Amino acid sequence: MSTERSGAEILVESLVAKGVEFVFGYPGGAVLPIYDALFGEERIRHILVRHEAGAAHAAEGYARATGKPGVVLVTSGPGATNAVTGIADAFMDSIPMVVITGQVPTALIGTDAFQEADTVGITRHCTKHNYLVKDASELAAIVDEAFHIATAGRPGPVVIDIPKDVQIALAQWNGRAPQRRTRYAPQTMAPAADIANAVAMIAAAERPIFYTGGGVINAGPQASRLLRELQKLTGAPVTSTLMGLGAFPAGDPAWLGMLGMHGTYEANMAMNKADLIIALGARFDDRVTGRLDAFSPYSRKIHVDIDRASINKTVRVDLPVIGDCAIVLEQMIDAWLQAGHSAADLTDWQARIDGWRARKSLAYPDRGNEIMPQKAIERLYDLTRDRDPVISTEVGQHQMWAAQYFQFHGPNKWLTSGGLGTMGYGLPAAIGAQAGLPDALVIDIAGDASIQMNIQELGTATQYRLPVKVFVLNNEWMGMVRQWQELTYESRYSNSYSDSLPDFVKLAEAYGWKGIRITSMDELDAGIQAMIDHPGPVFVDCLVVKEVNCYPMIPSGAAHTDMILYGDDVAGTMDDAAKALV
Amino acid sequence: MNTQTAEAQERHVLTITVDNEAGILAKIAGLFTARGYNIDSLTVADITDNHEVSRITIVTHGPPSIIDQIRAQLERLVPVHKVVDLTEVGPYIERELALIKVAGTGNFRVEALRVAEIFRAKVVDTTTSSFVFELTGSPDKIDTFVALMKELGLVEVGRTGVVGMVRGNTAI
Repeated sequence: MSTERSGAEILVESLVAKGVEFVFGYPGGAVLPIYDALFGEERIRHILVRHEAGAAHAAEGYARATGKPGVVLVTSGPGATNAVTGIADAFMDSIPMVVITGQVPTALIGTDAFQEADTVGITRHCTKHNYLVKDASELAAIVDEAFHIATAGRPGPVVIDIPKDVQIALAQWNGRAPQRRTRYAPQTMAPAADIANAVAMIAAAERPIFYTGGGVINAGPQASRLLRELQKLTGAPVTSTLMGLGAFPAGDPAWLGMLGMHGTYEANMAMNKADLIIALGARFDDRVTGRLDAFSPYSRKIHVDIDRASINKTVRVDLPVIGDCAIVLEQMIDAWLQAGHSAADLTDWQARIDGWRARKSLAYPDRGNEIMPQKAIERLYDLTRDRDPVISTEVGQHQMWAAQYFQFHGPNKWLTSGGLGTMGYGLPAAIGAQAGLPDALVIDIAGDASIQMNIQELGTATQYRLPVKVFVLNNEWMGMVRQWQELTYESRYSNSYSDSLPDFVKLAEAYGWKGIRITSMDELDAGIQAMIDHPGPVFVDCLVVKEVNCYPMIPSGAAHTDMILYGDDVAGTMDDAAKALV
Repeated sequence: MNTQTAEAQERHVLTITVDNEAGILAKIAGLFTARGYNIDSLTVADITDNHEVSRITIVTHGPPSIIDQIRAQLERLVPVHKVVDLTEVGPYIERELALIKVAGTGNFRVEALRVAEIFRAKVVDTTTSSFVFELTGSPDKIDTFVALMKELGLVEVGRTGVVGMVRGNTAI
């Protein structure tokens, strides 16, 4: 039955129709009608964050952990601009998200009105698509399309900017979105000829390697299952980008660990010496390739990606395969079996890989009763593994150590800001994940500097009784900045010391959290166990050895074969060309 | 990228049909600036009775790998229906319209009019000491005409940028 409803009510009904369980948001003048429509609404739970950046990252964490799109609701002007970092982050890491922003009334747009910002203009290049809604009667169709765009193809953020008068205006609502023209329909299935070529190339390869990325996670849990199946059929070893961790189980003998700037020796050497790279939902990011003209010089390359624009962007490939990773993997498995291929004899290749493994590139020195940060992550993994935890991180050394030393066995367990590298991502992301997965053990592995970028969200966890854990590797430095300054700028530590750190335990307690400080190895296991055992939110301040570098490391602008390992002499300076690289 | 600077630069004419919605031009122009692509000219106008679809013609140049990226990046924008690289699908025609103001008297004026006739330019405004010529043609033809007019009292040039179309009886 068709009835007249306000724009705000139509919005809320449309969100319910899309199956939205949570909205992460913060009210303000230009969204008051929507907040009024949410008042007493029991079908949607609103999580009130403490800063709009937190709302966007919480929605990202929710999306990444549950596979469902995250929804954000913020006001005009500063509400929208504060959310932009999270929107840009979701754009880089392909996270499905719908962001609803209030806007000043239509008649005031363009007059520099109070809390006016050109949200559509500002977010134009960090969203998949955005809308300024001019008429309440368009709202239902726009919300419907926005969810489709956010989730179909390569996922990403979509912004819907709604002027306040449109939220109040009445329009017809007949219980569901009107029929709309489908104008966004990315190719998900690859042409059979490409698949046949791909499996023939894999079958003929002597030194193949799977290089997997976040696309495998985004394609759903079945993609991870199919990856394991195809790997078994072909016998090829597997490495992954930061974003793809968990798609292939870390304990498997074919697992090489993460590749790239802080990847393992075996993963990077195998990429360098391979004769065939099968890239699955990965985008040849600069952190992965190192120096482009020295990247995997002996290999032919197959690139499976749903985004045609990712193909041949930085690295020329021999066989592009456009499609959804899960569907393409299934196509490949079928084609492999149908063609009667069997796994090639990769004994020599495996022997070379074992040789590289023997370098033990993740080994690190023992410091007695002082806690090495790597050790802290290893213990955290060992003591939590049977809980199958969800791990989020901030950005920096602790993030790389988490990627290197925490072992991931399944998809959607690893939430990190890969592309944009956003400090302050981890705590709100953990909160979003915990909201979606109330029974999971969710831990934000953080650094003492990053955690302060969105530390106000401690209050959000308290308010909604979300038992998230924060585990800070506290070395009193912006560790990664310090490391680069040591290696590149002769240890001139310009502004990278974390001076005036708060007492994190007291701060956590002030927010109603349990606070634990761990200062030495003999407290480490008990401290972690106390964190796990406490039913509410816990903040662990783990004091680690201060000036530890994160290795292995491929310096900026170097080739995969030029890795720095523990014990290598490092000059402490770089030429200007290398300094100019990020 | 080192490997790309070695590639030869090519000029390409792209036609893009898009939903005629607010911000689409900013989105496309912004994509070119954000990713460091070149725009030599850009034209846009809506082409359907109901004003729902616009046709954009962009002339760009760059190495082949970048031209391919430009197409892929454009194609993934939601309001973009279709991107056709006329230079790839060839043979095609391209036309541009220019208004050219020339001021002078005596022989200069006579000569300007004579050259305009040879180029089949139309006189669309005149005073006793000036002409405004309207000229349609390929960018080359307009370049040549403008160069000649420089010697004959050129005052001002306005150009529309290129629109292009594939030859033959089929639509793109």
